Amino acid sequence: MADDVNNVSGKKTTGLWIFFGVAMLVAILLAVFISPWASSSPDGLEKVAEDKGFMEAAEDTEPTWTHSPIPDYGDAVGTKAAVGLSGFIGVLVTAAVAMGVALLALGIGYMSKRRATEPDSS
Amino acid sequence: MHIPDGFLDPKTWGTLTGVSAGFTGYALYAAKSKLNEKVIPLLGITAAFIFAAQMLNFPVAGGTSGHFLGAILAMALLGAWPGFLVMVVVLLVQCLFFADGGLTALGANVFNMAVIGGLMSYYLLVLSKGALGRGLSERTSLLTCTAVFSWISVVLASIACSFELSISGTVPLGTVLPAMVGVHAIIGVGEAIITTVVIAVVLQSRPDLVDAYSRSPEPGKRLAREVA
Repeated sequence: MADDVNNVSGKKTTGLWIFFGVAMLVAILLAVFISPWASSSPDGLEKVAEDKGFMEAAEDTEPTWTHSPIPDYGDAVGTKAAVGLSGFIGVLVTAAVAMGVALLALGIGYMSKRRATEPDSS
Repeated sequence: MHIPDGFLDPKTWGTLTGVSAGFTGYALYAAKSKLNEKVIPLLGITAAFIFAAQMLNFPVAGGTSGHFLGAILAMALLGAWPGFLVMVVVLLVQCLFFADGGLTALGANVFNMAVIGGLMSYYLLVLSKGALGRGLSERTSLLTCTAVFSWISVVLASIACSFELSISGTVPLGTVLPAMVGVHAIIGVGEAIITTVVIAVVLQSRPDLVDAYSRSPEPGKRLAREVA
Protein backbone atom coordinates (compact mmCIF):
# COMPACT_ATOMS: atom_id res chain seq x y z
CA MET A 1 0.00 0.00 0.00
CA ALA A 2 1.63 3.21 -1.12
CA ASP A 3 0.25 5.90 1.13
CA ASP A 4 2.45 8.59 -0.30
CA VAL A 5 0.96 8.12 -3.78
CA ASN A 6 -2.37 9.62 -2.84
CA ASN A 7 -1.31 11.95 -0.13
CA VAL A 8 -2.39 15.34 -1.41
CA SER A 9 -1.79 17.34 1.73
CA GLY A 10 1.63 15.88 2.38
CA LYS A 11 0.44 14.60 5.76
CA LYS A 12 0.98 11.00 6.76
CA THR A 13 -2.27 9.08 6.41
CA THR A 14 -3.34 5.79 7.91
CA GLY A 15 -2.98 2.74 5.69
CA LEU A 16 -6.25 1.81 4.02
CA TRP A 17 -6.62 -1.71 5.38
CA ILE A 18 -5.46 -0.60 8.81
CA PHE A 19 -8.20 2.04 8.73
CA PHE A 20 -10.79 -0.54 7.63
CA GLY A 21 -9.66 -2.97 10.32
CA VAL A 22 -9.74 -0.43 13.12
CA ALA A 23 -13.17 0.89 12.02
CA MET A 24 -14.63 -2.62 11.91
CA LEU A 25 -13.09 -3.41 15.30
CA VAL A 26 -14.66 -0.26 16.78
CA ALA A 27 -18.07 -1.28 15.39
CA ILE A 28 -17.75 -4.77 16.87
CA LEU A 29 -16.56 -3.48 20.25
CA LEU A 30 -19.47 -1.02 20.44
CA ALA A 31 -22.02 -3.67 19.52
CA VAL A 32 -20.63 -6.40 21.78
CA PHE A 33 -19.34 -4.60 24.86
CA ILE A 34 -21.19 -1.27 25.03
CA SER A 35 -24.67 -2.04 23.67
CA PRO A 36 -25.64 -4.37 26.60
CA TRP A 37 -25.38 -1.29 28.83
CA ALA A 38 -27.39 1.00 26.54
CA SER A 39 -30.45 2.74 27.99
CA SER A 40 -33.53 0.54 27.93
CA SER A 41 -35.92 3.49 28.28
CA PRO A 42 -38.45 3.90 25.45
CA ASP A 43 -37.06 5.83 22.49
CA GLY A 44 -38.45 9.18 21.33
CA LEU A 45 -41.31 7.75 19.26
CA GLU A 46 -42.23 5.07 21.83
CA LYS A 47 -42.30 7.64 24.63
CA VAL A 48 -44.53 9.97 22.60
CA ALA A 49 -46.79 7.03 21.76
CA GLU A 50 -47.10 6.15 25.46
CA ASP A 51 -47.69 9.75 26.56
CA LYS A 52 -50.18 10.55 23.81
CA GLY A 53 -52.02 7.26 24.15
CA PHE A 54 -51.49 5.61 20.78
CA MET A 55 -49.11 2.84 21.83
CA GLU A 56 -52.06 0.38 21.72
CA ALA A 57 -52.24 0.88 17.96
CA ALA A 58 -48.99 -1.11 17.75
CA GLU A 59 -49.64 -3.44 20.68
CA ASP A 60 -53.00 -4.50 19.25
CA THR A 61 -51.51 -5.21 15.84
CA GLU A 62 -50.07 -8.58 14.89
CA PRO A 63 -46.57 -8.09 13.48
CA THR A 64 -46.53 -8.71 9.72
CA TRP A 65 -43.09 -10.31 9.89
CA THR A 66 -42.70 -12.96 12.57
CA HIS A 67 -39.52 -14.70 11.43
CA SER A 68 -36.94 -12.41 12.97
CA PRO A 69 -34.27 -14.75 14.35
CA ILE A 70 -33.32 -12.33 17.15
CA PRO A 71 -36.29 -10.12 18.07
CA ASP A 72 -35.39 -6.99 20.06
CA TYR A 73 -31.66 -7.66 19.98
CA GLY A 74 -31.76 -10.57 22.41
CA ASP A 75 -33.68 -8.63 25.03
CA ALA A 76 -36.05 -11.57 25.56
CA VAL A 77 -33.16 -13.71 26.81
CA GLY A 78 -32.45 -10.95 29.30
CA THR A 79 -28.70 -11.36 29.67
CA LYS A 80 -26.04 -8.89 28.69
CA ALA A 81 -24.22 -11.67 26.85
CA ALA A 82 -27.27 -12.27 24.66
CA VAL A 83 -27.45 -8.60 23.69
CA GLY A 84 -23.72 -8.51 23.01
CA LEU A 85 -23.87 -11.64 20.89
CA SER A 86 -26.84 -10.34 18.90
CA GLY A 87 -24.90 -7.11 18.36
CA PHE A 88 -21.95 -9.11 17.03
CA ILE A 89 -24.19 -11.06 14.65
CA GLY A 90 -25.93 -7.86 13.58
CA VAL A 91 -22.67 -6.09 12.75
CA LEU A 92 -21.48 -8.99 10.60
CA VAL A 93 -24.84 -9.46 8.84
CA THR A 94 -25.18 -5.72 8.18
CA ALA A 95 -21.66 -5.49 6.75
CA ALA A 96 -22.24 -8.55 4.54
CA VAL A 97 -25.62 -7.34 3.23
CA ALA A 98 -24.24 -3.83 2.57
CA MET A 99 -21.33 -5.25 0.57
CA GLY A 100 -23.76 -7.48 -1.33
CA VAL A 101 -25.93 -4.48 -2.20
CA ALA A 102 -22.81 -2.53 -3.21
CA LEU A 103 -21.77 -5.39 -5.51
CA LEU A 104 -25.29 -5.40 -6.98
CA ALA A 105 -25.07 -1.64 -7.63
CA LEU A 106 -21.63 -2.13 -9.13
CA GLY A 107 -22.99 -4.85 -11.42
CA ILE A 108 -25.87 -2.62 -12.51
CA GLY A 109 -23.29 0.08 -13.18
CA TYR A 110 -21.20 -2.21 -15.40
CA MET A 111 -24.26 -3.40 -17.29
CA SER A 112 -25.53 0.11 -18.01
CA LYS A 113 -22.04 1.21 -18.99
CA ARG A 114 -21.67 -1.70 -21.42
CA ARG A 115 -25.07 -0.97 -22.91
CA ALA A 116 -24.05 2.67 -23.36
CA THR A 117 -20.75 1.86 -25.05
CA GLU A 118 -22.03 -0.97 -27.29
CA PRO A 119 -25.30 0.34 -28.65
CA ASP A 120 -25.41 -2.07 -31.61
CA SER A 121 -24.79 -5.29 -29.66
CA SER A 122 -28.50 -6.12 -29.32
CA MET B 1 -37.80 6.50 15.50
CA HIS B 2 -38.49 3.10 13.97
CA ILE B 3 -42.24 2.96 13.34
CA PRO B 4 -43.78 -0.43 14.29
CA ASP B 5 -46.66 -2.17 12.52
CA GLY B 6 -50.02 -0.65 13.43
CA PHE B 7 -49.12 3.05 13.64
CA LEU B 8 -49.74 3.76 9.94
CA ASP B 9 -52.81 3.05 7.85
CA PRO B 10 -52.52 1.11 4.57
CA LYS B 11 -52.75 4.15 2.29
CA THR B 12 -49.87 5.81 4.13
CA TRP B 13 -47.54 2.86 4.44
CA GLY B 14 -48.46 1.64 0.97
CA THR B 15 -47.63 4.99 -0.61
CA LEU B 16 -44.36 5.31 1.30
CA THR B 17 -43.36 1.73 0.49
CA GLY B 18 -43.72 2.62 -3.18
CA VAL B 19 -41.85 5.90 -2.84
CA SER B 20 -38.99 4.29 -0.90
CA ALA B 21 -38.79 1.37 -3.34
CA GLY B 22 -38.46 3.92 -6.14
CA PHE B 23 -35.66 5.76 -4.34
CA THR B 24 -33.90 2.47 -3.61
CA GLY B 25 -34.12 1.36 -7.23
CA TYR B 26 -32.74 4.67 -8.41
CA ALA B 27 -29.99 4.54 -5.76
CA LEU B 28 -28.86 1.12 -7.03
CA TYR B 29 -28.46 2.72 -10.45
CA ALA B 30 -27.09 6.10 -9.33
CA ALA B 31 -24.54 4.82 -6.80
CA LYS B 32 -22.25 3.53 -9.55
CA SER B 33 -20.45 6.85 -10.08
CA LYS B 34 -19.05 6.55 -6.55
CA LEU B 35 -18.49 2.80 -6.49
CA ASN B 36 -15.76 0.45 -7.51
CA GLU B 37 -14.37 -2.78 -6.07
CA LYS B 38 -12.27 -0.85 -3.57
CA VAL B 39 -15.09 1.21 -2.01
CA ILE B 40 -17.18 -1.87 -1.25
CA PRO B 41 -15.46 -2.67 2.07
CA LEU B 42 -16.04 0.95 3.10
CA LEU B 43 -19.79 0.53 2.49
CA GLY B 44 -19.85 -2.62 4.59
CA ILE B 45 -17.90 -1.04 7.43
CA THR B 46 -20.01 2.13 7.42
CA ALA B 47 -23.21 0.06 7.56
CA ALA B 48 -21.78 -2.08 10.37
CA PHE B 49 -20.70 0.98 12.34
CA ILE B 50 -24.12 2.63 11.98
CA PHE B 51 -25.87 -0.58 13.00
CA ALA B 52 -23.67 -0.82 16.11
CA ALA B 53 -24.05 2.85 17.00
CA GLN B 54 -27.84 2.61 16.63
CA MET B 55 -27.86 -0.03 19.39
CA LEU B 56 -26.42 2.46 21.85
CA ASN B 57 -29.48 4.18 23.30
CA PHE B 58 -28.46 7.12 25.42
CA PRO B 59 -30.81 8.58 28.06
CA VAL B 60 -32.46 11.92 27.36
CA ALA B 61 -34.86 13.88 29.55
CA GLY B 62 -37.82 12.28 31.27
CA GLY B 63 -37.35 8.50 31.04
CA THR B 64 -36.73 8.60 27.29
CA SER B 65 -33.79 7.36 25.29
CA GLY B 66 -32.45 8.29 21.92
CA HIS B 67 -30.02 6.67 19.56
CA PHE B 68 -27.83 7.53 16.63
CA LEU B 69 -29.38 7.69 13.15
CA GLY B 70 -26.31 7.95 10.93
CA ALA B 71 -27.75 9.05 7.59
CA ILE B 72 -25.63 12.21 7.39
CA LEU B 73 -22.57 10.23 8.43
CA ALA B 74 -23.14 7.62 5.70
CA MET B 75 -23.74 10.23 3.01
CA ALA B 76 -20.85 12.50 4.02
CA LEU B 77 -18.48 9.52 3.89
CA LEU B 78 -19.79 7.72 0.81
CA GLY B 79 -21.78 10.24 -1.20
CA ALA B 80 -25.57 10.62 -1.24
CA TRP B 81 -26.67 7.47 -3.11
CA PRO B 82 -24.25 4.91 -1.66
CA GLY B 83 -25.01 6.43 1.76
CA PHE B 84 -28.72 6.02 1.06
CA LEU B 85 -28.18 2.33 0.22
CA VAL B 86 -26.29 1.86 3.49
CA MET B 87 -29.25 3.28 5.43
CA VAL B 88 -31.68 1.02 3.57
CA VAL B 89 -29.53 -2.00 4.46
CA VAL B 90 -29.34 -1.03 8.15
CA LEU B 91 -33.13 -0.53 8.36
CA LEU B 92 -33.78 -3.76 6.44
CA VAL B 93 -31.54 -5.85 8.70
CA GLN B 94 -33.05 -4.25 11.81
CA CYS B 95 -36.55 -5.01 10.57
CA LEU B 96 -36.04 -8.56 9.30
CA PHE B 97 -33.44 -9.84 11.81
CA PHE B 98 -34.26 -7.93 14.97
CA ALA B 99 -37.96 -7.03 14.60
CA ASP B 100 -37.01 -3.36 15.05
CA GLY B 101 -39.50 -1.37 12.97
CA GLY B 102 -42.50 -3.03 11.34
CA LEU B 103 -42.33 -4.60 7.90
CA THR B 104 -45.35 -2.58 6.72
CA ALA B 105 -43.63 0.54 8.09
CA LEU B 106 -40.25 -0.22 6.48
CA GLY B 107 -40.97 2.07 3.53
CA ALA B 108 -42.02 4.86 5.90
CA ASN B 109 -38.92 4.33 8.03
CA VAL B 110 -36.70 4.47 4.94
CA PHE B 111 -38.57 7.60 3.81
CA ASN B 112 -38.16 9.36 7.18
CA MET B 113 -34.61 8.36 8.01
CA ALA B 114 -32.98 7.97 4.59
CA VAL B 115 -34.94 10.30 2.28
CA ILE B 116 -36.01 13.21 4.54
CA GLY B 117 -33.42 12.77 7.29
CA GLY B 118 -30.93 11.54 4.67
CA LEU B 119 -30.96 12.77 1.08
CA MET B 120 -32.87 16.00 1.74
CA SER B 121 -30.82 16.92 4.81
CA TYR B 122 -27.57 15.98 3.06
CA TYR B 123 -28.31 18.13 0.01
CA LEU B 124 -29.08 21.02 2.36
CA LEU B 125 -25.69 20.34 3.99
CA VAL B 126 -23.91 20.40 0.62
CA LEU B 127 -25.65 23.65 -0.41
CA SER B 128 -24.87 25.32 2.91
CA LYS B 129 -21.28 24.17 2.84
CA GLY B 130 -20.89 25.74 -0.60
CA ALA B 131 -22.34 29.02 0.67
CA LEU B 132 -20.27 28.94 3.84
CA GLY B 133 -17.12 27.67 2.17
CA ARG B 134 -15.95 31.03 0.87
CA GLY B 135 -15.09 32.43 4.28
CA LEU B 136 -13.93 29.34 6.13
CA SER B 137 -11.48 26.53 5.56
CA GLU B 138 -12.87 23.43 3.88
CA ARG B 139 -12.45 21.42 7.06
CA THR B 140 -14.17 23.99 9.29
CA SER B 141 -17.12 24.52 6.95
CA LEU B 142 -17.62 20.76 6.51
CA LEU B 143 -17.53 20.07 10.25
CA THR B 144 -19.82 23.03 11.01
CA CYS B 145 -22.37 21.96 8.40
CA THR B 146 -22.09 18.33 9.57
CA ALA B 147 -23.00 19.34 13.12
CA VAL B 148 -25.89 21.58 12.06
CA PHE B 149 -27.41 19.27 9.47
CA SER B 150 -27.10 16.07 11.45
CA TRP B 151 -29.23 17.81 14.09
CA ILE B 152 -31.62 19.03 11.38
CA SER B 153 -31.77 15.53 9.87
CA VAL B 154 -33.13 14.00 13.10
CA VAL B 155 -35.65 16.83 13.59
CA LEU B 156 -36.86 16.66 9.96
CA ALA B 157 -37.25 12.88 10.23
CA SER B 158 -39.35 13.32 13.38
CA ILE B 159 -41.52 15.92 11.59
CA ALA B 160 -42.08 13.54 8.67
CA CYS B 161 -42.95 10.76 11.13
CA SER B 162 -45.47 13.04 12.89
CA PHE B 163 -47.20 13.89 9.62
CA GLU B 164 -47.47 10.19 8.71
CA LEU B 165 -48.98 9.36 12.10
CA SER B 166 -51.57 12.12 11.76
CA ILE B 167 -52.41 11.34 8.11
CA SER B 168 -52.97 7.75 9.24
CA GLY B 169 -55.47 9.03 11.83
CA THR B 170 -53.41 7.55 14.67
CA VAL B 171 -52.96 10.82 16.55
CA PRO B 172 -53.78 14.49 15.77
CA LEU B 173 -50.89 16.49 14.29
CA GLY B 174 -51.20 19.21 16.94
CA THR B 175 -50.65 16.57 19.62
CA VAL B 176 -47.85 14.53 18.09
CA LEU B 177 -45.77 17.17 16.28
CA PRO B 178 -44.66 19.27 19.29
CA ALA B 179 -43.94 16.13 21.33
CA MET B 180 -41.92 14.44 18.55
CA VAL B 181 -39.96 17.58 17.62
CA GLY B 182 -39.33 18.40 21.29
CA VAL B 183 -37.73 15.06 22.16
CA HIS B 184 -35.88 14.73 18.85
CA ALA B 185 -34.43 18.22 19.17
CA ILE B 186 -32.59 16.79 22.20
CA ILE B 187 -31.72 13.46 20.54
CA GLY B 188 -30.42 15.46 17.56
CA VAL B 189 -27.71 16.98 19.75
CA GLY B 190 -26.33 13.47 20.31
CA GLU B 191 -26.55 12.86 16.57
CA ALA B 192 -24.61 16.06 15.85
CA ILE B 193 -21.87 15.21 18.36
CA ILE B 194 -21.37 11.62 17.15
CA THR B 195 -21.47 12.50 13.44
CA THR B 196 -19.10 15.44 13.80
CA VAL B 197 -16.61 13.52 15.93
CA VAL B 198 -16.54 10.55 13.52
CA ILE B 199 -16.13 12.80 10.47
CA ALA B 200 -13.37 14.74 12.25
CA VAL B 201 -11.54 11.49 13.10
CA VAL B 202 -11.79 10.21 9.52
CA LEU B 203 -10.68 13.62 8.15
CA GLN B 204 -7.67 13.39 10.42
CA SER B 205 -6.65 9.86 9.46
CA ARG B 206 -8.03 9.37 5.91
CA PRO B 207 -9.44 12.60 4.41
CA ASP B 208 -9.76 10.83 1.05
CA LEU B 209 -12.50 8.62 2.52
CA VAL B 210 -14.81 11.58 3.20
CA ASP B 211 -16.77 12.12 0.00
CA ALA B 212 -18.14 15.48 1.21
CA TYR B 213 -14.59 16.79 1.65
CA SER B 214 -14.34 18.42 -1.74
CA ARG B 215 -10.59 18.78 -1.94
CA SER B 216 -10.26 15.03 -2.14
CA PRO B 217 -11.05 13.40 -5.48
CA GLU B 218 -13.71 10.74 -5.55
CA PRO B 219 -12.78 8.00 -3.10
CA GLY B 220 -13.11 5.37 -5.81
CA LYS B 221 -10.42 6.89 -7.97
CA ARG B 222 -8.12 7.52 -5.05
CA LEU B 223 -8.52 4.02 -3.69
CA ALA B 224 -8.02 2.45 -7.09
CA ARG B 225 -4.71 4.23 -7.40
CA GLU B 226 -3.63 3.21 -3.95
CA VAL B 227 -4.49 -0.46 -3.99
CA ALA B 228 -3.37 -1.00 -7.58
